[in-house]
Amino acid sequence: MQSIIEGFAAAFRLIVTLNPELWRIILLSLEVSGTALMLATVLGLPVGAFLALRRAPLRGLVISLLNTGMGLPPVAAGLFLYLFLSRSGPLGFIGLLYTPTAMIVAQCILAFPIVASLSHAAIANVDPVIRQAAITLGATPIQESLAVVKEARYSIMAGVMAGLGRVMAEVGAIIIVGGNIAGYTRVMTTTIALETDKGNFELAIALGIILLTISFSITVALRFFQRLGQGGTSGN
Amino acid sequence: MARILLITSLIGSLFMAANVAAATRIRCASTTSTQNSGLFEYLLPIFEKKTGIKVDVVAVGTGAAIEIGKRGDADVVMVHAKDLELKAVEEGAFVNRHDLMYNDFVIIGPANDPLRIRGMKSVADAFKKIPAQGAEFVSRGDKSGTHTKELAIWKTAGLDPKGQKWYLEVGQGMEKTQRLANEKRAYTLTDRGTWLATRDKDKLEMMVVLEGDPVLFNQYGVMAVNPAKHQQVKYKEAMAFVDWLISPEGQKAIGDFKDQHGNQLFIPNAK
Repeated sequence: MQSIIEGFAAAFRLIVTLNPELWRIILLSLEVSGTALMLATVLGLPVGAFLALRRAPLRGLVISLLNTGMGLPPVAAGLFLYLFLSRSGPLGFIGLLYTPTAMIVAQCILAFPIVASLSHAAIANVDPVIRQAAITLGATPIQESLAVVKEARYSIMAGVMAGLGRVMAEVGAIIIVGGNIAGYTRVMTTTIALETDKGNFELAIALGIILLTISFSITVALRFFQRLGQGGTSGN
Repeated sequence: MARILLITSLIGSLFMAANVAAATRIRCASTTSTQNSGLFEYLLPIFEKKTGIKVDVVAVGTGAAIEIGKRGDADVVMVHAKDLELKAVEEGAFVNRHDLMYNDFVIIGPANDPLRIRGMKSVADAFKKIPAQGAEFVSRGDKSGTHTKELAIWKTAGLDPKGQKWYLEVGQGMEKTQRLANEKRAYTLTDRGTWLATRDKDKLEMMVVLEGDPVLFNQYGVMAVNPAKHQQVKYKEAMAFVDWLISPEGQKAIGDFKDQHGNQLFIPNAK
């Protein structure tokens, strides 16, 4: 109990004094997870929209695969990616292993199924009236799709936020492909793992608190967008 | 559209950052014991200042570190399992292996030493006592240098601990293993560096029950990944690091390194 209280006190001091090492770690976390999520959205949203709006072959199979991907264990994703990026692996010539870029790719793989799957659900749930209205008004297929996607934007945003929650909290994949190198690929979750190993519970708890705060902010944002979405639907 | 541009430029800048840094960055696969002791934090700034080469350390168990080197994912490897190192050199994965420094392993156990191992001289005899008298032993179980040493001792003792109820394979780093042994009131094998560095901080209610058996000598070695096997490795820079470590200056730095309690953790012995 004593060490928990001491840990929280030290954590508070570290946060208040804006320890530069801590800042570097936090910024890299946000950079890696943020970029990964942007990529996952750019790739996942069109896939989700396509699955919801077009009757493509194997559609059911792809949706099932994406839903399975939502539960992909990060360590497994990390291990596969490691074997691909290793200098002895098929993509070794790019030299990406143990770089922040490799971590972004890993987290993108984890976030992609969530964004794609939840975008699909969001777009599939849009009232068919919207689509029919667009067609009646003479919309091209692209314009028609955009109208439906626009209508689902708040639920899509909620899916993106869920993706962010997943990648921010993840440690298994990035510790394998990033290597947890001090000052280079060390982020919040890998630092927590390392400092816990080393018995430096203060720094570990400080980072835990910051991570919780960020998760809390994400949850609040999520609720905000969902309520906006509900407001939008009831207005129709 | 603006968003896509932003993403493209972000990714581009990341690639560029990696490439610019690549000129003076080498990667060293090493062990948790060297990293957790703080040795690298002491040595690397001195080396970087002298040569401009930045060394990125990936700290894993000895087995994993050698494997990372074999795959060409590191430029230089610093570990402590001489037999495994020499075997890997023989296989052609590494070149220019050198003895670097040493410390020793010790057996630690509960402060009241229920098995009365204290005073014994032979580690193998002490190990025989553990299952015979119903105590537990915590093993790293991670193919690290310490684990390799431990398995060799069990072999000498004529016991096969694998899968036994009293044998806890935890698959964790040294410090976590010590804490686990402390919680379980069990015995374990540890390197003196980690023990000295962490016994107070972790409030371990344990003590060294056996030391000084020649079997417990813990030699660290350093070696470069064979550039003939992996053309991408930065052999020149890796050898600059190896040469500095075994030079009088590097050896002095290793000897000068002390933990926060003023203990010398590694004794340089490069030839």
